[in-house]
Amino acid sequence: MPAIRTQGLTKTYRVADKKPGFVGTVKHFIKRRHREIQAVKAVDLTIEPGEVVGFLGPNGAGKTTTLKMLTGLVHPTAGAVSVLGHEPFKRKAELLKQITLVMGNKQQMIWDLPPMDSLHVNAAVYGIEEKEAMRRVEVFAELLGLDEELTQPVRKLSLGQRMKCELVAALLHHPKVLFLDEPTLGLDLNAQTAVRSFLKQYNEEQQASILLTSHYMADITALCPRVVVIHEGALLYDGSLEGVVQRFAPLREVKLDLAAPVEDAVLNRFGEIEANEGRVARLLVQREALTDAVGRVLAELDVEDLTVTDPPIEDVIARLFDSGNNKGETTP
Amino acid sequence: MEYRANFVLATISSLASMGGALFALWALLRTEYAMNGWSFNQALIVVGIYTMLDGLQQTLLAPNRQQISEFVRNGTLDFVLLKPIDSQFWLSARKVSVWGVPNLFLGLGLIVYAASFRLEPAVDAANYVRLLVPLAVSITIYYALGYLLSTLTIWFTKLANVTHAMHALLEAGRYPVAAYPGAYRAFFTFVLPVAFMTTVPADVLLGRGEFTWVLGGLVIAAALLVAARLFWRYALRFYTSASS
Repeated sequence: MPAIRTQGLTKTYRVADKKPGFVGTVKHFIKRRHREIQAVKAVDLTIEPGEVVGFLGPNGAGKTTTLKMLTGLVHPTAGAVSVLGHEPFKRKAELLKQITLVMGNKQQMIWDLPPMDSLHVNAAVYGIEEKEAMRRVEVFAELLGLDEELTQPVRKLSLGQRMKCELVAALLHHPKVLFLDEPTLGLDLNAQTAVRSFLKQYNEEQQASILLTSHYMADITALCPRVVVIHEGALLYDGSLEGVVQRFAPLREVKLDLAAPVEDAVLNRFGEIEANEGRVARLLVQREALTDAVGRVLAELDVEDLTVTDPPIEDVIARLFDSGNNKGETTP
Repeated sequence: MEYRANFVLATISSLASMGGALFALWALLRTEYAMNGWSFNQALIVVGIYTMLDGLQQTLLAPNRQQISEFVRNGTLDFVLLKPIDSQFWLSARKVSVWGVPNLFLGLGLIVYAASFRLEPAVDAANYVRLLVPLAVSITIYYALGYLLSTLTIWFTKLANVTHAMHALLEAGRYPVAAYPGAYRAFFTFVLPVAFMTTVPADVLLGRGEFTWVLGGLVIAAALLVAARLFWRYALRFYTSASS
């Protein structure tokens, strides 16, 4: 049985439409206008137990709405959804005890109390025996490098420390499916790395499925062999991480170390010039034409070194979303 | 007891508010005006019960009610809904506040004082025990009404005014329903069951409570409780959660 399965999952929101300014406010008060927004359109998704999937898409693409439907917070408008064999919106305790949701911009811990108090509450809520709960906290704290932070009021903690504590609170009940919405939002590099390796270890030890959204590609490349790309509510891609590059980046980058500088006019014959700085030049070449172009470069130019790389995945994704936003315009 | 000044102020405010109610009652009844069978002392008991009820709700109900709208507004209701625990229970029993305690004791004091003399038949301990049932009914009604209104925040997000309006209407419970003209009496019995919240308990304490009224109160309380529950579950279908 897959951990998560959705078929034709759809969510339509009705939102108030208000013109700016005072006149707009008055008009809005007298006669409300509403718009329907299709946040998620017919999403089909299957995730197996133990799989870690990166969920990519620009802001407002429908990632969070999808996560909220999968966790049962939001009722789907149409379509079928099943998590561990349950319909999440029924919010059966049996399911809730096996899933968790972490949101980088919201927190469940009680602001004025130390995290430990919130952890005790969670242990009680999830019916975890006191001793066992404290053992788990210890293990998690060790992995995340937490110590006295657990007994300081939450409001005194830094963002990174707070997020780590949030993770402990969210995973205390050893959930089987993790929904992580920007868990590294705003964290510094050290904290990001700590969170990442923690999640990786948790995934391996508990064989838990993880669906993760992040705007930091490093999170995705470090954790997710598989990615799902959503744009304007619809699935654009579902497959391996490398596949994204192949599918959405038809160009490869050829870097040349030349014996002597070559003019743009000459380089132009082999591919699109990305940079030409003295003896170092970078060209973008269509994937299909690559072997041919490289052969010609080696034959016609005096090349000391030549490397072919994929453009960085950040660029690919950024370009992908960009091209989606300006539909009709062709981007190279 | 970290906020001592606040506590003293709460006590003073309770005293002033009850003083006002007593003055009104005294002004009304000093001229031997017959309030449909309620003497001054008997009416005092209603004021006492109202004050006590208000103290109870300030301690147990109000703090939780206020939090619901907060949770909806900033989206932390998400975490409540994700817990394998009844969300209504969690939201209703999360907080207690000490600010209602002065009212609680003032009300109790007033009841005991008013019941201690010049009453026929005399109020004895058994009457106090019997008072517990209608008192439980009134706090249940208060809770259910409050929760029903708070549930509306799922749609409207900010509803503090509605709670104030409810509070103002329930203030009618300060005086015996018999003191009001017929139309109001019907309204406060059948539409907003204020009669069951203060007048019926007072009748019971005075040893003249009628079984049907107590039973009626129980039925209303149970019905409102069920309604609050169903309405909450219905409302959650429309919860869209604050944006991320």
